[in-house]
Amino acid sequence: MIRLTKVSKQFRTGVFALSDISFEVEKGEFVFLVGPTGSGKTTIFRLLTRESLPTSGEVIVDNWDIVKLPGSKVSHLRKKIGVVFQDLKLLMDRTVFENIILPLEVSGINAQAGKKIAEEVMDKVGILSHKDKFPIQLSGGELQRTAIARALTLEPDILLADEPTGNLDQVTAMEIVKLLSEINKKGTTVIMATHNEDIIKTLSKRIIVLNEGQLAKDTAPSHSRPKSDNIEKKEKKSPSESRRYPEGHSGLKEEDEDF
Amino acid sequence: MKTFKTTWRNIRRSPYQAFAAVFVMTLTFLFISFFTFLLYGSSKAISYFESRPQVTAFFKNEVKQADIDSLKNDLNATNKVAGIKFVSKQDALEIYREQNKNDPLLLELVTADILPASLEISTIKIEDLAEINNKLKESPLVSEVVFQKDVVSVLTSWTNALRTIGLGLIVVLSLVSIFIMVIIIGVKISQKKQDIEIMRLIGAGGWYIRWPFIFEGIFYGSVGAILGWLVSAGALWYATPFLSSFLKGIPIFPLPLVFLFGLLSMEIIVAVILGTLSSFLAVLRYLK
Repeated sequence: MIRLTKVSKQFRTGVFALSDISFEVEKGEFVFLVGPTGSGKTTIFRLLTRESLPTSGEVIVDNWDIVKLPGSKVSHLRKKIGVVFQDLKLLMDRTVFENIILPLEVSGINAQAGKKIAEEVMDKVGILSHKDKFPIQLSGGELQRTAIARALTLEPDILLADEPTGNLDQVTAMEIVKLLSEINKKGTTVIMATHNEDIIKTLSKRIIVLNEGQLAKDTAPSHSRPKSDNIEKKEKKSPSESRRYPEGHSGLKEEDEDF
Repeated sequence: MKTFKTTWRNIRRSPYQAFAAVFVMTLTFLFISFFTFLLYGSSKAISYFESRPQVTAFFKNEVKQADIDSLKNDLNATNKVAGIKFVSKQDALEIYREQNKNDPLLLELVTADILPASLEISTIKIEDLAEINNKLKESPLVSEVVFQKDVVSVLTSWTNALRTIGLGLIVVLSLVSIFIMVIIIGVKISQKKQDIEIMRLIGAGGWYIRWPFIFEGIFYGSVGAILGWLVSAGALWYATPFLSSFLKGIPIFPLPLVFLFGLLSMEIIVAVILGTLSSFLAVLRYLK
């Protein structure tokens, strides 16, 4: 379903966001993408949605080669992938319902059918009672649920959740993770980026650990592991790491993208 | 349908920008309407003067009908005359009475005897008027010749000048409207940059994002055209009694409804073209 082969991403500043990353994710898997801020988690999501292109390597999503994908097909790709953005990216001047129905409108689904689907999804994530509220009127957990609902409306094959529990208390965070787990049980491939160790421990799922743009650890079964042996190498301190960042630069600015 | 809803929401949520865009378009179409009325009126006036006898020869009192007929034949023989109309003393009295029907004192004082008979002559070509004029002046039967060549030529040159200046101003105003609309829609696109980015990320195609802005341009143009037409047509309706009495005898007013609604249709078409063009330019410029 998802395959990254020797993927590197270098920003215009010369800093590498990703270095020689390879892994595969099978259909229906739940994967935690773990690593500190600036480790490249968001960059991987951006590559998968073709918000950004790799400097080298191959990215395959649902048999689509992201690098060779023509611009006219990008919107089709994005309809197949639901994304819960780190900053949520909700439209603040639209109600919860209007935010959630937006992907359906974009896809040209008629208003009546769209309304029914949106209400079903809102019910599923538990925000139906807030449908007429504006994002500013919601709590952190409700905002996350709204973003998840929007990502689910088109019944995507893949759900990318970028730190969906980032600003939430432990109880609400666990509710969100439970929700994502239930979505995964219905067949959706879920990749969740987080650096919350408690959440990772709660669910015994595959974990891909990134550290400063390199693959540090992958708990995948052997068939999903990258063919190169770069994981072992990355678990040791890379001799080249010290020259990957300019002096005084502690990490990557993930928004420094080219799309 | 959804595109129209989005367009309407964009307009509603930035009313001052919408007002500015409509105001600029209204001014442009107000000018276009007034200019069209002026051109229509002047062309009607030219037609009126061209169709009127361009040379009028008044006969002396003692002239006989046979002499007048002979002069008519001489004039027809030149093959330069388009029409000759004889106005007898009695006809002249009828015309006088019609023109002064509201002034009984003037009617009492005048009889057919004191009004001269006349010939009203129009030529095929306006440049032949001078020759006919000279011929009539040389005739011993004629006491006075009234020659209207100057009226038509002055009116024609004024109309041509008006047309050139008006067209130039319309082009300039249209360009200004386009630039202002590009700026207004560009500002709106910039304000919605984040929304546009979000829509793209959730799979919106380019045209899904562009159409509402293009419809917005068409809306501003069309509303501006309708308002401009309404104001100009209203002003014309209000001024019609005054203009009719000022241009006494020249049949311009009231302007036919077919002409007015034809003008409205033409203005809406131009507005749609201007609106589409300006919003398209804005989209190309700001929505890469």
